Amino acid sequence: MPSAEPLARTSPKAPGAPPASLTAPVPPEPSPRRRGRPAALSPYAFLVPFFTLFAAFGIFPLLYTAYVSLYRAELQTPGELEWRGLGNYTALFADPFFWTALRNTFTIGVLSTVPQLLMALGLAHVLNYRLRGRTFFRTALLLPYATSVAAASLIFAQLFGHDFGLINRLLDLVGVHPVDWQNGTVASQIAVSSIVVWRWTGYNALIYLAGLQTIPAELYEAAEVDGASRWRQFLHVTLPGLRPTIVFTSVVSTIGATQLFGEPLLFEGSVSGGISHQYQTLGLYMYEQGWGFFHLGRAAAIAWVMFLLIAVLVGANAWLARRRYRKEAGQ
Amino acid sequence: MSIPRTAPRTAVRLGAVALTGALLAACGSGSGGGSADSAGGDVTLTVDLFGAFGYKESGLYAEYERLHPGIKIKQTDTEDEQDYWKSLQTRLAGGGGLADVQGIEVGRIASVTQQQAAKFVDLNQYGAGALKGEFAPAKWSAATTKDGKVLGLGTDVGPEAMCYRSDLFQAAGLPTDRTELAARWATWDGYLELGRQYKAKAPAGSAWLDSVGSLNAVMVGQAKERYYDASGALVYENSPAVKTAWDASVKAAGEGLSAKLDQWSPPWNQAFSSGSFATLPCPAWMLGYIKGQAGDAGKGKWDVAKLPGGAGNWGGSYLAVPTAAAHKKEAYELIKWLTAPEQQTKVFRGQGNFPSATTSIGQIADAKDPYFSDAPIGRIFGDAAEQAPVQVLGVHDKDIADQINNALSEVERKGTAPETAWANAKKAVKNALG
Repeated sequence: MPSAEPLARTSPKAPGAPPASLTAPVPPEPSPRRRGRPAALSPYAFLVPFFTLFAAFGIFPLLYTAYVSLYRAELQTPGELEWRGLGNYTALFADPFFWTALRNTFTIGVLSTVPQLLMALGLAHVLNYRLRGRTFFRTALLLPYATSVAAASLIFAQLFGHDFGLINRLLDLVGVHPVDWQNGTVASQIAVSSIVVWRWTGYNALIYLAGLQTIPAELYEAAEVDGASRWRQFLHVTLPGLRPTIVFTSVVSTIGATQLFGEPLLFEGSVSGGISHQYQTLGLYMYEQGWGFFHLGRAAAIAWVMFLLIAVLVGANAWLARRRYRKEAGQ
Repeated sequence: MSIPRTAPRTAVRLGAVALTGALLAACGSGSGGGSADSAGGDVTLTVDLFGAFGYKESGLYAEYERLHPGIKIKQTDTEDEQDYWKSLQTRLAGGGGLADVQGIEVGRIASVTQQQAAKFVDLNQYGAGALKGEFAPAKWSAATTKDGKVLGLGTDVGPEAMCYRSDLFQAAGLPTDRTELAARWATWDGYLELGRQYKAKAPAGSAWLDSVGSLNAVMVGQAKERYYDASGALVYENSPAVKTAWDASVKAAGEGLSAKLDQWSPPWNQAFSSGSFATLPCPAWMLGYIKGQAGDAGKGKWDVAKLPGGAGNWGGSYLAVPTAAAHKKEAYELIKWLTAPEQQTKVFRGQGNFPSATTSIGQIADAKDPYFSDAPIGRIFGDAAEQAPVQVLGVHDKDIADQINNALSEVERKGTAPETAWANAKKAVKNALG
């Protein structure tokens, strides 16, 4: 990612080595051990709590999941592991439900991420101007993000209700037939995506807003003097200035979309993601295998496939971004 | 940024944070995990159930606490058994967060006796063997392992009948007398025929039955052999009972006789008061649920008649004590008392859950329920319980039923071709059973 390079360039010198000017009366034999040791160790001591937690709750589950994914492991009989090798993985590729879930994850991901980031960008651009009640709007933006997934999903599930839902009532007012937001494939995916869009647009808008604050106001002033409209300013000042932030938000949103779980689970409270699995995401399918059917080995295999998928997607994202960065640097 | 503006800004932000905290707190409901609460010698027994066992409603906990000073009972309850079972299995695997008493549905009891015998207390060690004579033999043997461990005491059984809205029947010009109806729908064909007549003259927005899923469930409950044969082999694909039920359900869906509601979902609950359906196949334990959902406004509008196509059983439960329970002995005393004939009779009179204790069945033979237009529920359900076949129970009964139900919903709500839906069901069952 591009932001890594400037950071590396400005990184301070090693804390253990003071600047030469301060150690003016140079002793003939500086004993770096005696003076260096506590100072050299302390940064590691500060890191220990984090890495202990990370090892316990990050690395260990990751490796243990990989281990379990090679066995037939059942929740109801946890003691009996039966070696399957890569059997759980090969079974997955022949499993129609897995491919459905993968496809759903992708379509819901696009349906939620694209509108979400576009709207966030627009909102951030508007909020960056001097508006009356700016703080109110900025705080209001963050409110959906601060709401719990469960609360939001349950409310949306009611709004999208077939017979008594507000949305179908409103559609009825304008003469549109009630939409089956639960059982229709596209309709249900739009409904689930709307929860994601609602929750995350404000969050992304605030991140964009933070990015926008780093763009010097002179650029906008200059553009205005040149007679550029707000739309032109957005295209030629805001967008280029925000590029690293946009890369960051797309990476984070991609990861979030790949792991999408709470919204589809709570939309109808069904682990199968609808009666035809029409909005079952990979995360939900993993949960269904693990905690609906109690096949922990298969759930672990899905978890690892998801992990690799995310790694590939994020890698691709970073690669694209870096290529652009190099191209521009080369100009 | 000028300094005076910071204060209100911070206040707004703090407000936002506080609001979030409140929302989060509102969502995280306690799961009632811990049970060791022994202040001053008092014992708090935790009871974790699903659906409606009716103990709290019938005042049995209060009575037990009165009879046993120093014992306090705390009940947690999950409406949907599928959710309950998932959470129970997770806690059993982890060995923590288990209540002193856990409810077990009859569709899961084979899984408990065959796969998880070590996770529940063998009640023989507290002398449960002496209770054997009190229970219907099939009820008792289903919770007994091959080597004789008794893992649960039977609460209720689920003899089936047909509940119907006599006010809606009248509005559509159908007979409302339960004996006449029982004769008219002696067969399932007769039931569907009445459904067609109802549909022709029904009040707006009212369907003949709630969902084809419930039709399927009661019909499967009328057979001895369903998903497994007596040797434990998986036979659902070729089971005549499963096929008959499937065909009738598909027919009902195709003719638009169903309100297409998902049982146990919020829209289904709402439909009890809105009158979206006129009949609901009802095992005895459903009576309490109907009362709860339809409320006082439904009193006298409902009635109960004999089930079309013969007697059957759907559901019924057990109470068990996990090995990880904090107060095993006290928990056993409690479930022994709760499942004793006198208490089973009380629950039936209050909630309609039909007793599995034989003396209790005799005591309630003349019971009538004013809520259900004074229907002789003691006789209707008593006859059904007596005539219902003793079912072959399999390890994955509930899992298979759930997947078939899903496929039927596809036919009902999306118009999926029945053949495609059946193929989907087979795929889903294979996937679920692994």
